[in-house]
Amino acid sequence: MQTTVNLWPLIGVAVIIAGFVLRFNPMLIVAVAAIVAGFAAHFPPDTILAAIGSGFIKTRNIPLIILLPLAVIGLLERHGLRERAQIWISGIKAATAGRLLIVYLLVRELTAAVGLTGLGGHPQMVRPLIAPMAEGAAENRFGKISDAVRFRLRAYSAATDNVGLFFGEDIFVAFGAIVLMVTFLKEAGITVEPMHVAVWGIPTAICAFLVHGFRLWLLDRKLERELRGNAPAGGTAQTTPATRAASGASSASGDNA
Amino acid sequence: MITINYLFWLLGIVLLVIGGMIVLDREHPRRFTAGGFWILYALIFLIGDRLPPEVVGVLVILMALIAGFGGVTAAKPKVLSEAARKLSAQRLGNKLFIPALTIPVITVVLTLSASHLVFGGMPLLELKNVTLIGFGIGCVIALAVACVMTRDTVGQSLKEARRLVDALSWAAVLPQMLGMLGLVFSDAGVGKAVAHLTIAYVNLDYRLVAVAVYCIGMALFTMVMGNGFAAFPVMTGGVGVPILVGVFHGNPAVMVAIGMFSGYCGTLMTPMAANFNMVPAALLELPDKNAVIKVQVPTALTLLVVNIFLLNFLMFL
Repeated sequence: MQTTVNLWPLIGVAVIIAGFVLRFNPMLIVAVAAIVAGFAAHFPPDTILAAIGSGFIKTRNIPLIILLPLAVIGLLERHGLRERAQIWISGIKAATAGRLLIVYLLVRELTAAVGLTGLGGHPQMVRPLIAPMAEGAAENRFGKISDAVRFRLRAYSAATDNVGLFFGEDIFVAFGAIVLMVTFLKEAGITVEPMHVAVWGIPTAICAFLVHGFRLWLLDRKLERELRGNAPAGGTAQTTPATRAASGASSASGDNA
Repeated sequence: MITINYLFWLLGIVLLVIGGMIVLDREHPRRFTAGGFWILYALIFLIGDRLPPEVVGVLVILMALIAGFGGVTAAKPKVLSEAARKLSAQRLGNKLFIPALTIPVITVVLTLSASHLVFGGMPLLELKNVTLIGFGIGCVIALAVACVMTRDTVGQSLKEARRLVDALSWAAVLPQMLGMLGLVFSDAGVGKAVAHLTIAYVNLDYRLVAVAVYCIGMALFTMVMGNGFAAFPVMTGGVGVPILVGVFHGNPAVMVAIGMFSGYCGTLMTPMAANFNMVPAALLELPDKNAVIKVQVPTALTLLVVNIFLLNFLMFL
């Protein structure tokens, strides 16, 4: 085995790491890494081009989910969708950015766990609805928020969508990952039931909710500490419901769900 | 039968229109390179599968060069004033949510009912891509609903799509580039080389070490490839099956379930998983392109440690 494995293609990995560290344009890094890995594997130039071309054609389904909803989302934004999301959340007095995201995390993870992965997503859910709501909830409580806080809330909104999706979808029996795992084990001579793989994912899925939910609860506390000073009239009176959330992430989600 | 090719053509036409709009926009700072970039991308969706793969490879490298040398910048977006949007939000009220929620609802309904939608012995939707096709149809129906409700036009919606595509810039193409890179890497044998290094240089005689190597290896390798699916065969074939199951007799169902989740911890921490980490940063107009990753790292590292202990415990029950 020592002699048969060609280690040179690892240069492709090195190109990726060096490229990202040196902050070159990612499109360029990826193209260079593909070419370098091809040369390191002793592919002739036309084979490298063909590998890049056929790889790009095979992965055409990836951008659909990003690009197809843009027309309708853009049109709705023009007519005030993001503003409406903020108005809606301001009607819910108990809403805080952290609690809102805990509820979204729970819903996203549970729906993904029953196979409904299409219920969230960054272009159609996070940008037009979840992020504006998180910003709106913070503004309700603390008045005008700085850009730094706004960007932090947006990043948390995107992160929450990811965590909910990843750790939910893998306990859905018919999900592609489980099919992949079971098929791979079968080829290695081991038979497992897809159902067992799904069930053994549940402990991690629960931990994912607890860990990320706890961090969202911390986010609320941190915002409260940083921004209480510039809260509108009555801002100090609102600290009571926020501290009530101290009883735990799950109780906070129960309030709003 | 509606296949995924219809969605490729639809996206190709939309991108062609957007590229044309940009080329014709005299106020756009880089109208020819940016417009050309999107027109090239449109061609890959419209006729990509009929071109020889070498030609597509050349087009891809051309796109990477245009993007890499700053050719895909955005024009100043034309949006209504905030006051006008607030007024419209007041007027339309919660009805505005209906088209946005139409996309997930139609996706779910079509996903669940696809196997019953048989027309003359043929399924109406291509079953192996049913979620994506349902999603595409959901977008089209949502657009129709939105146009009726706001009394606006499809033309305006294309202008709005152009505004968002312009803002996303090349970040919209990066996930597909990385998907391509994963395939090229696996052709070139990168996975084999990584597995070889792991097995040759780490002492796997201690059970907890072997478990940790499997979980951390899944996370690291996922960070490099940007995808847990690419890491899974390498680490499970290299460490999981021969060591954890073969030597220590662990339960394989637990191993693969928690192993894949360890890979997902890696996905949360890498710019290579562009569609989850880089695209949202662009979509949400964050100045720090790594802002989403930075928020995710504490969750991911905690979960990775949790996974190692869960696997070490549950696998040997």
